[in-house]
Amino acid sequence: MKKKEVPQDKSNLESANFRELCYAVDENGEYTTENSSGWEPKTVALKNAIEEINERIAEAKNRVIAGETSPIEYYMELHKMDVGILASYVGFWHWKVKRHFKPSVFKKLSRKTLNKYAEAFDISVDKLKSMSLEK
Amino acid sequence: MKHNGFNVSEPMVFGIGSGLLFCYIPFLKVNHAPVITYRALPGHIFKKFAKRTGIKMKREKFSNPKDAKARLDENLERNNPVGLQVGVYNLLYFPDEYRFHFNAHNMVVYGKEGNRYLISDPVMESVTSLSEKELEKVRFAKGAFAPKGHMYYPISFPEKLELETAIVKGIKDTCKAMLAPVPIVGVKGIHKIAGLIRKWPKQKGIKTANHYLGQVVRMQEEIGTGGGGFRYIYAAFLQESGKLLNNEKLVELSKEMTEIGDLWRDFALEASRIYKNRSRSVGSQTDSYNKVADQLDHIADLEKVFFKKLKKAI
Repeated sequence: MKKKEVPQDKSNLESANFRELCYAVDENGEYTTENSSGWEPKTVALKNAIEEINERIAEAKNRVIAGETSPIEYYMELHKMDVGILASYVGFWHWKVKRHFKPSVFKKLSRKTLNKYAEAFDISVDKLKSMSLEK
Repeated sequence: MKHNGFNVSEPMVFGIGSGLLFCYIPFLKVNHAPVITYRALPGHIFKKFAKRTGIKMKREKFSNPKDAKARLDENLERNNPVGLQVGVYNLLYFPDEYRFHFNAHNMVVYGKEGNRYLISDPVMESVTSLSEKELEKVRFAKGAFAPKGHMYYPISFPEKLELETAIVKGIKDTCKAMLAPVPIVGVKGIHKIAGLIRKWPKQKGIKTANHYLGQVVRMQEEIGTGGGGFRYIYAAFLQESGKLLNNEKLVELSKEMTEIGDLWRDFALEASRIYKNRSRSVGSQTDSYNKVADQLDHIADLEKVFFKKLKKAI
């Protein structure tokens, strides 16, 4: 890649005062570095990934409202986690976390267990139980 | 590095530490998509770099966050900067969109003011800081490659860095890894991914296939790669080494690596056309998937020839 070809596309990096360092060659073929404000193929990939996550969150929310799953699953999606990551944060086995997705099991969880989830999601236990499902 | 009076460029560390790699990690999924990596874990790069240049490094992991903090403070008091492996998700200075559960990010802590740690993060243009609690959270992030408070710092330096022998060792190691007879690593790994890409649209459906392909591109062009899946930074290393060793062949090979880097960029561009245009039919999508897979196969063939030549050049 030539230095003047380093892409300067619009991306959400700018808002956070971020720029990426790229390695590129100058007119004499010498390697140098150049900051890039973003590259479209990457921005689109990221945008799609975020959309996908938002879809997952919305779907989880609907399922909580419909009584098909517990708020734990909703907050898991909200924090971009999967069952494996959540399980390692709270220190339970996968199957146990999955069991806690069942609304009937969730209702009977002890304060101690709920507290572990609340800590992982950085919210209060009351909020976790309240089903208000805020961000 | 500059802190201790040695001036070594980033490509140099990357090259000597054999940072370049291609590896498909089966069974592991991040953000519900498969994972491939274009580089070795930074801790390993530093370890190899240090060993090959004669620097003594100490690496530690902790099970208890308190011990981890104590050891960090101890080093900072002695004015010794420390490298840390951290998880990205809770890094507050990252833009929200970039905060995924990715645990192989590295930063340098170079001081402490009150209860805030002063941080130099390679992806940030300027230095930044984190509170004690915020830093603990990222050092003990959970999930795949959990950092477990992983820290590394130099404890002694040689009089002079022996770059020449280190470069040769670094290049040999990279060639070995890239040409390894293991189906998921190096050139063979690239062919493997190309094969998987061909299957994705039929096997997983267009939506998932697009999501997977997007992740491949994001890993390749992630912040800090220098673009082209680290191929440009490696080319920069070859150029610098060629001059240092007076080896004309390395300078020539650097140009070749740059061209291969351009092909990786072309692949990313072509792939992005696929996932940008989501409404196409399965048939035409399968064709486009085959096309990008062909590009990858082509790159793999070129890299195979390239690393064989590189091996002979030193």
